[in-house]
Parts: sequence; structure tokens; C-alpha cells
Amino acid sequence: MERSLSHIALFAALIAVLGLVPKIDLAAGVPITAQSLGIMLCGTVLGARRGALAVLLFLGLVALGLPLLSGGRGGLGVFAGPSVGFLIGFPLAAFVAGFVVERTTLAPVWAATAGAVIGGIGVLYAFGIAGMAVVLGKTMTEASYLAIAFLPGDVVKAVLAGLVTQAIARARPGALLSRA
Amino acid sequence: MLTLTSPVDTPLHRLPAGGKLAVLALFTAGLFWITSPLWLTLSLAAVLLLHGLGGAAFARHGLLLLRPLWPFVAVVGLWHLWTGDGIAGISIILRMLAAVAAANLVTMTTRLSDMIAVLETIALPLRPVLPPRRLALAIALVIRFVPVMSERLAQIAEAFRARSPRRAGWRIVAPAALAALDDAERVADALRARGGTE
Repeated sequence: MERSLSHIALFAALIAVLGLVPKIDLAAGVPITAQSLGIMLCGTVLGARRGALAVLLFLGLVALGLPLLSGGRGGLGVFAGPSVGFLIGFPLAAFVAGFVVERTTLAPVWAATAGAVIGGIGVLYAFGIAGMAVVLGKTMTEASYLAIAFLPGDVVKAVLAGLVTQAIARARPGALLSRA
Repeated sequence: MLTLTSPVDTPLHRLPAGGKLAVLALFTAGLFWITSPLWLTLSLAAVLLLHGLGGAAFARHGLLLLRPLWPFVAVVGLWHLWTGDGIAGISIILRMLAAVAAANLVTMTTRLSDMIAVLETIALPLRPVLPPRRLALAIALVIRFVPVMSERLAQIAEAFRARSPRRAGWRIVAPAALAALDDAERVADALRARGGTE
């Protein structure tokens, strides 16, 4: 119990800290931050249940008014804005990413990359696009054009999630709770 | 950090947190019911007026918090100029600004401790699965470890720069995650040594 709690809390802090890493601008000028990489890692490293709980804890602290989202954003306002769908999708993305790593027997790098693509892109975008469609009063198709700008960055991050998960599996095989 | 609560004391700071959150929920739900641009303008004006209660510095801080919305305002504005349905575009933008500004206002005028107290009340029915003390401990751990890990990440980046002329970029993420895993094990041991989480 103590171990679950401390892993959930420390990975919630990791998501926040990765949001503070300076932004890298892609060619198109779309800023990417490592924050969604943190979401993917919560799932691929901690597993489905703990990963989703870590993300929920992180979102809870954002809602309480801590500026932990990338760019120092936070508070209740972010849950009323157009990105609300992505925030709702975050815990589910971590859950699905963790589920894929837990239930497949692929090498960690492939399992984590696949999990990050399915959870961190597939599931997350479904919620994110639905959220933008509601808040901006657009159809799902129109809203998905807006999300496409972030796709290249998230594909890169899914691959990175695979590589980082592999590095952890090599350095601390026992610490990869999603495979423990 | 640490919180987005405004240091400028306003009359809104003295209202109970639960009440503010209930009004915010009703207001946001209401925004999605009304479609008339006139009423949406009045709603936004009312929210901005409440910002004004706190004085110029407070209002400026509030407007600054709305800045991340400008790309969406631009996209929706251009889209509706193109389709020729300007009124609908204005309604969408007004509704979005009013909803976000109102939510920000509650965050800016409510202390973290009051928010946590409301969260504890809301979480009461969950007591069998989520004891309030465990939730409080988790929140405290995150708040404590964000600065610790932020410093750790800076050290890792510095160590990388000492060894390589390349930019650190994503290469510091794996050591940071490993450090988080190690910290988690140590924290778990420390909690267990002190009697565990009940």
C-alpha cells in the first residue's frame, strides 16, 4: 500500500516537472512539451491502475489551483477551456497505455511504444477532439483539423516513451511495475 | 509555484469556497444553455466586473490568465469569418471566455487550504476506498516533491552538459524517471517505518 501510494505521488510530481522542461518548437512552430510524455510514462512504467491514479492525482492538484500544467497553467479555468477533453482523456490514456504493456509479452520498448500510441494518441485524441468540438461549437471533423497540428509531436513522444521505458527496464528490471 | 491564488485581497476571498464552486458550476452550465449573444455578452461583462472588484492589478492578472486562449479565439474567429456566420462565432468566443474567466476567478480568490477542505468533503462518500488521510498524504507528497524533482532534473541536465556539447533534450527524461522510482521506494520505506498509511 505504501509502495503504491508513493509511486503514484512521485509520478504525479514527475508529470508536473516534465511540464517545466523548456518547450521545443517543431518545424511548424507548434510547441511541444514533455508533459504528455509524462502521462504516457505513468501508464507504461506504473501500469494501468497506478498510472491512471497518478494522472488523476496530478489533475486534482491542478484543479485545486496549482500551476502544474505546462506553461504554468492551472486552476479551474483549464477545465472550462477548449483543452478540457484532453485533460479528461489523460487518465484514460495512461490506463490504456499501461494496459497494453501489462497484457502483452512484447519487449518493453515495443509494448510501451504501442501502448503510448494507442492510449496517448488514439484514446487521448478521441477525448480531446470531442472536447474541442463541444467548447468551440464545431463538428468532430472540424475539431480534428485543430488536433492534427499536435500529431507529429505526440508521435515523437510515443517513441520516446518506448525508449525511456526500455531504459528503465534495463536499469531497474524490478522497478517496472507494469511488468512486475 | 506555488498557487494561483491572488495575493490581492478581494471581497470574493472571504466568501465560502463551497458556495463559490456551486455558483461556478451553475454559471458554467447556464452558459451552455443560453445562445443569445446579448446574454453571453452580459455574462462575460458580469464576470469581468467581478474581476474589477479586486482593483487594477487583480484584473490585469485575471486577463493574463486568459492569454492561452488566443489561438482558439483566432481560429474560431477566422473560421466564422470564412463561413460568413459571424454571430455564431462571436457567441462561441464569448461563451468560452466567460466560462474560463469565471473559473479562473474562483481559483484566484480561493486559498489552497479552503480548496482542499472542499475536496475532503466531496471525497467523504469515498471513505471506504479512499481514506481522507491517504488522499491528504498523497497531495502533500506531490507538493513536496515537485520542487525536489525539479531541482534533480536541473542537476541531471547540468551533468549532461558537462559531458556533451549536444543539447540534453529528451535524454534526461529516463534518468529523471529512474530517480522518481528510487525516491518512491525510499518514501515507501520511510512511511512503513513510521507505521504505514493506517
